[in-house]
Amino acid sequence: MPQALHELKETASQTAGPYVHIGLAPGAAGFDIYRNELGHDIAGPHAVGERIRIEGVVLDGTGAPVKDVLIEIWQADANGIHAHPGDPRSGEVAPGFRGWGRVITDFDTGLWGFDTVKPGPVAGRDGRLMAPHISLWIVARGINIGLSTRLYFFDEAAANAADPVLGLIEQVHRRQTLIASLSLRDGKPLYRFDIRLQGDGETVFLDI
Amino acid sequence: MTKPAAFFQRDRTWHPPALTPDYKTSVARSPRLALLSIENSASELTGPVFGHGDIDPGDADLIRNYAHTGDPVGERIIVHGRVLDESGRPVPGTLVEIWQANAGGRYRHRKDAYLAPIDPNFGGCGRTLTDAAGGYAFRTIKPGAYPWRNWVNNWRPAHIHISVFGSGFAQRLITQMYFEGDPLIQRCPIVRSIPDPRAIEQLIAPLDMNAAVPFDCLAYKFDIILRGTRSTLFENRLEGN
Ligand SMILES: [Fe+2]
Repeated sequence: MPQALHELKETASQTAGPYVHIGLAPGAAGFDIYRNELGHDIAGPHAVGERIRIEGVVLDGTGAPVKDVLIEIWQADANGIHAHPGDPRSGEVAPGFRGWGRVITDFDTGLWGFDTVKPGPVAGRDGRLMAPHISLWIVARGINIGLSTRLYFFDEAAANAADPVLGLIEQVHRRQTLIASLSLRDGKPLYRFDIRLQGDGETVFLDI
Repeated sequence: MTKPAAFFQRDRTWHPPALTPDYKTSVARSPRLALLSIENSASELTGPVFGHGDIDPGDADLIRNYAHTGDPVGERIIVHGRVLDESGRPVPGTLVEIWQANAGGRYRHRKDAYLAPIDPNFGGCGRTLTDAAGGYAFRTIKPGAYPWRNWVNNWRPAHIHISVFGSGFAQRLITQMYFEGDPLIQRCPIVRSIPDPRAIEQLIAPLDMNAAVPFDCLAYKFDIILRGTRSTLFENRLEGN
């Protein structure tokens, strides 16, 4: 027998289940318990950059909206800086900018949405710039292990074309599943990002 | 530029696959196409940082954090353990959130219609930050088993849902903790979505009498393992890649 590596195994995932709101968004489950429910304010009041709103639905393989999904958001600020000590520029992030949030859907319609600032480009692993994007993590009843994907922006066509992650998607038409469309609502940019779990137009999910 | 360290690759054969037909809800909610594997960039290696300003110390005591007229009904327990990475290193300062049914198997949730009663003194959620050694502890009530719609007569084993962050968004994990000795564990299609029996055993918390408080509460120990971090000893890349 060779020497042992003495590595541990990652704890296996289990579905977040139908009552994930109790733990991660109790106000939405119907009761107030914490002084401070986490994840409501992604960008804070002082962050520079363009204020945007993003909305969408998550659709199952039959085309029905998933009404009990919870989505977490992680992004850089408008200068491409993450509010994390691993980012050498994290000290430059505006006070109150966290870059993280969580949203749930409307229980009747399945619509979710959040307000934030549009992130700037971030260096990829090889130093090449990645197009502005927001990382999303999706959990729900029936999802055995959280699904990771990225949201890119329609109005960043040149950056998207050079993005090293989008470029890895072999079927070129599937790259569109990661690009949010753009409209205006009350003069403010509104991006639409629908996530298809399965079937026609299935969103590209990432093994990160 | 120096490349950032990366997480150990996630072992997808250890985790449940997306499609597990005996857990019926997974059938229409599971991607059919392959995941796109990407190397970790800053977007995956960083993640939210939480501090003691975000939560209150009392949030970790589910016996008291929603008590109105007295203590909740049920078996009083401590659930404690450590959050470690796959190299065995403690993960300090990370947010651990839990949620669960009450002693009768009923959730305080507008969508739960099980006939067991709500406990007026039990909310069913808690949260804490791990200490410098990766340790965490909750005080709670042992949850009851409950029926759910899958086959006609499916019952979830007693369990606590647990959410953990780690230092990077790629470590994000939600799991469920089960209790030693529960005969419902092996009958549960959600448990059995995990293919490897050793991975299931890792979700079963043993009774821990040395952490129990005499004349007050029993204890269960549950360690949580997050993805490890690679050491970048020699990282060469082929030119042109
Ligand atoms: Fe549950």
